[in-house]
Amino acid sequence: MSITSDRSGAAAVKEVAVISGKGGTGKTTVVAGFASLAACSGPVVLADCDVDAPDLHLLLHPEIGEAHDFRASRNAFIDRDKCTGCGLCETHCRFDAIAGAVVDPLSCEGCGVCYWVCPERAITMGEQLSGRWYVSETRYGPMVHARLEPGEENSGRLVTLVRRRARELAGERDAGVLITDGPPGIGCPVISTVTGADLALVVTEPTLSGMHDLGRVLGVCRHFGVAALVCINRHDLYPEAADAIDRECLAQGIPVIGRIPYDAGVTEAIVRGVPVVEYGDTEVSRAIAGLWDEVLARL
Amino acid sequence: MASGKGGTGKTTVAANLALAASVRLPVQFLDCDVEEPNAHLLLKPVIAERESVEIPVPRVDEARCTHCGSCADVCPQHAIAVFPNRVLVLAQLCHGCGACRLLCPQGAISEVGRPVGEVGVGNAEGVARPRAGGAERGNAGGLPDRIPPGGEEGGMPAGLAFAQGRLKVGEALAPPVVRAVRKKADRRRLVIVDVAPGTSCPVVEALKGADFCLLVTEPTPFGLHDLELMVEVLEKLGLPAAVVINRAVVGDAGVPAFCRRRRLPILMEIAQDRRIAESYARGIPLVQADPEWTDRFLVLLRRIQEVAPASVSRWERERCRSRATGVGPPR
Repeated sequence: MSITSDRSGAAAVKEVAVISGKGGTGKTTVVAGFASLAACSGPVVLADCDVDAPDLHLLLHPEIGEAHDFRASRNAFIDRDKCTGCGLCETHCRFDAIAGAVVDPLSCEGCGVCYWVCPERAITMGEQLSGRWYVSETRYGPMVHARLEPGEENSGRLVTLVRRRARELAGERDAGVLITDGPPGIGCPVISTVTGADLALVVTEPTLSGMHDLGRVLGVCRHFGVAALVCINRHDLYPEAADAIDRECLAQGIPVIGRIPYDAGVTEAIVRGVPVVEYGDTEVSRAIAGLWDEVLARL
Repeated sequence: MASGKGGTGKTTVAANLALAASVRLPVQFLDCDVEEPNAHLLLKPVIAERESVEIPVPRVDEARCTHCGSCADVCPQHAIAVFPNRVLVLAQLCHGCGACRLLCPQGAISEVGRPVGEVGVGNAEGVARPRAGGAERGNAGGLPDRIPPGGEEGGMPAGLAFAQGRLKVGEALAPPVVRAVRKKADRRRLVIVDVAPGTSCPVVEALKGADFCLLVTEPTPFGLHDLELMVEVLEKLGLPAAVVINRAVVGDAGVPAFCRRRRLPILMEIAQDRRIAESYARGIPLVQADPEWTDRFLVLLRRIQEVAPASVSRWERERCRSRATGVGPPR
């Protein structure tokens, strides 16, 4: 199920994934800005790959066209009438999901080990609704997004599904660019967001945490062979750290393509549900426009 | 400490609360944001030991294998491929469930540990007690008698123990590393757990075993939306919660209204203040930058104790039990 084995139209689209490592650096704000700018020059497709806590819809206001179930996991159920309390299931469960012959559905990974070991055949595996995914229209173009059920696993698989549909749509609509809003962290949903993308733009912040997390997320990009770019949001909060990020990225051969200043007006734009580039001609808007030009030039 | 949304200030609140509380009680900080752990940047712990976290992945003895394919059929992650005369294990896909080993009719599968991360254990005494004699600040906020300052009973002094999980870069699976950190919980102490952003399995793993959840949010549409998602997770877990609003601004209606509707007490509001952001940026805990913050976080601790009496008395029971029997902390 390769993200890149697709029809000819989908293969032509260029994909930029916006990630961060540290949460809250401004990914969604930047992606909304990019969507607004990109739509001025041609068809664009958007994807919200932060399936745990999707927020892009709060700025792009999609109208849902299709909704689909995402069924990726199973949960074990123990039939208490057949159970003899032998405890073999609990002993063999690697995920601490069984206690006192009761399965904790949030911990259960659906591996089926308990089903196989139960001498009374008292356990059945039932399919779960793990989430929902949607194909919607926004003012800027089609958007594919999803919502994983709270506590679920398989976020990576849902992300892969969202991206694949987004690439198909790009082919159908002849879109040159796919912009994806990624999740924070470095684990499976992030890996599923960046693998096979043409570019990963890391939005970072000039804080000790931001720098620490930047190093790790750049490590993920390197590990999976994805070209990375960096931009520094709220750069004036700690200019020495911003400069340190510049130096470190230079040393690693990673381009720092721009900086965005700290501005309370960004929050106002979010509160009004408007991409910041449409909220006024501010330094922030101009900085995001500059970033988009740089991204386009490198895609 | 959880949030749903990243960047709301979980680590800031968790670390400062831990530092303030550790002057009076034995506290333990567990950094369960194993993908991007940050608390060490504020708490500057000295790590005394590190352990590798490993997932048991199958190793096939080709001499005993008959290539029947049972392992491949049963694997929930499709991590095994069986060819006419070879078995290929895709170790990066394996979650370590052990089904293949259990079901191999020839007993040809053993397990070997694959490192996916590490847990570091130590203490943050250096930042917690920068001056000799500790900080006797007077009874700021009036801590109730049922949590007396440590050192007077049971022999466990006040102070700040620390453990951190760190997922290896390039690895996908956070939950096993989170589980490994959680196993370090010392229930004789007040355990403060820093949880990753998001709402999926790494977050749930970090919350398991907790008595109470403090939700750190920000008064923006993103903060509110993700807070709503987190509350759904907590309801599934049956975990009581309260809220801290960070970067609070006058005139926000969304978050307070939501909290009222869902009966979530708001225990603290930290005003939007660029100086707080700058202090955080430089890795300086607020309680260090300005001693008034210690009082404010002790008040937060008292308020948590007021709204979560069940969790507090359970903590008390564990402490009393381990003191009476001389046995170490329960699992």
